[in-house]
Amino acid sequence: MTLEVTVEKRLGSLGLSVAFSSPRGITVLFGRSGAGKTSVLNAVAGLLRPERGRIALDGETLYDSAAGVDLPAHRRRIGYVFQEARLLPHLRVRGNLLFGARFARGPAVAEFAQVIDLLGLDALLDRRPHDLSGGERQRVALGRALLSAPRLLLMDEPLASLDAPRKEEVMRCIERLRGALRLPILYVSHSMDEVVRLADTLVIMAEGRVITAGALGDTMARLPFDAKFDAHLGHFEAGSVIDARIAEHDAAMGLARLEFGGGSLYASGVAGSIGQRVRVHVLSRDVALARTRPEFISMLNILPGTIRRIGSPHDAGVDLEIDVRGTPLIARITVKSRVDLALAPGDSVHALIKGVAIHPAGAGQPD
Amino acid sequence: MLDPQELEILALSLKVAFWSMLGSLPLALALAWLLARREFPGKTLLDACVHLPLVLPPVVIGYLLLIVFGRHGALGAWLETHLGWVFAFRWTGAALAATIMGLPLAVRAMRQAIDAVDPRLEAAASTLGAGPMALFASVTLPLALPGILNGMLLAFARSLGEFGATITFVSSIPGETQTLPLAIYALTQVPGGDERALRLCVLAVLLSLGALIASELLLRRARHAIHGEASSG
Repeated sequence: MTLEVTVEKRLGSLGLSVAFSSPRGITVLFGRSGAGKTSVLNAVAGLLRPERGRIALDGETLYDSAAGVDLPAHRRRIGYVFQEARLLPHLRVRGNLLFGARFARGPAVAEFAQVIDLLGLDALLDRRPHDLSGGERQRVALGRALLSAPRLLLMDEPLASLDAPRKEEVMRCIERLRGALRLPILYVSHSMDEVVRLADTLVIMAEGRVITAGALGDTMARLPFDAKFDAHLGHFEAGSVIDARIAEHDAAMGLARLEFGGGSLYASGVAGSIGQRVRVHVLSRDVALARTRPEFISMLNILPGTIRRIGSPHDAGVDLEIDVRGTPLIARITVKSRVDLALAPGDSVHALIKGVAIHPAGAGQPD
Repeated sequence: MLDPQELEILALSLKVAFWSMLGSLPLALALAWLLARREFPGKTLLDACVHLPLVLPPVVIGYLLLIVFGRHGALGAWLETHLGWVFAFRWTGAALAATIMGLPLAVRAMRQAIDAVDPRLEAAASTLGAGPMALFASVTLPLALPGILNGMLLAFARSLGEFGATITFVSSIPGETQTLPLAIYALTQVPGGDERALRLCVLAVLLSLGALIASELLLRRARHAIHGEASSG
């Protein structure tokens, strides 16, 4: 599946002009409110007509201003989960879930029973939308979109209006469904946490334009060194994302060994079976650097690597990209440390990782 | 309680009101949807025309109907020749006059109801595959239903009270076009008719009251059915 989007549209003071393509898996459109992310989704769904551009899904043209093609929303077969759920108030949950099925114009993505199971909707079927909690509403909206036989799913900040426990509840559902269904998703978010947990491809937008786009790990590794990104989103800490798999569990020590391209990582509290893919998020401030391999140290994760580039100093220090046998890792250290150690691009260093966050892996990741 | 003559008047009034309500439904619904959901040149003019019967003297509407739908009228002659439909001096003419007079009320109520349907819900339904017709039938119509029912009852109640356009268009023929208001008027014009006129007045009050209460109950039930227990209204 490939979604190709080129859209130009003036929206009040915002000049929307974006072009990106989205391979399989989850593509996250990331940016501040007002960057035009939702408008891009609406254009893909057929709810907003661009002035110029082309939108194609798997080679089928949905919109092409030059060729005069504009497929109406109801014939695009694109499921849409809105920020505010938008359940039909006159129908019960079951009626909402089955609403799209009667118009289905293509093969089903999932059976009714499977969707009910994945999203835990069994107890809600006879309830009315206004009796549901925010998280339940979003789960029903997600199920409703899945059951309309879509070829692509759009999600517009589906977690934004939820409190933390509900966020986690819906996030788990999205992760489960990513694992179970081969349905590409275009996901709008302004939360780095959602990006790290869900994205396979990252498209960063600001003021109606795409600043940078690409595979998640590479794109995140580029962020600290991208002046455009700095200017639009401020210097916040994105960290690094490493895709790994569980190699072994040490039950006695409560540790798991994770393997990735650059070697092994040890982490505690990892659930999952041997061979299962996981995503590791390492904050850059949790990475320290040493010139030589330190001994007699409590840290388990010491990875040798090479400094690939060094960013410009900012309030919180300086960011360095370390190449750990092909896997980029970002370290944030103080300017003083950089000067004291006389670190320069090309130098060999040891990266010391203090802590990692482990998430289930996405469907679009390489084996 | 009611003598045969009064029963006849009551039955005729209900018949005229019922058919005018039914006749105005598709027209009023189409106009309401057009005005609520579409932009087109001449929209303001159409809106004004729909409201004309509300502000024009009813006698004008009655006279225009006579010109257009009379047996020698442009449309009236054609309808009689080709379809065998006659409106002039028939109860069907009374129903037609009541339809026109009730239309602005019906359209206003239905338009408000359609306006109140969140377009974002319609957009959501379209991404689920609902085309324009299915969208109207499965989202707009059910959500606007209380307002649509209300519009129909307003048209019905308005028909029960229709006087000026009816008497101008189809005259006041007992048993054919003499509805309740026309009968009351006729009775006030003859000596000794006061008592019977008063009895019919009481009947008119009860009838209107009944229609208004029925409208309120229907609205409540419909809202309940659409929005469930928690909604009060």
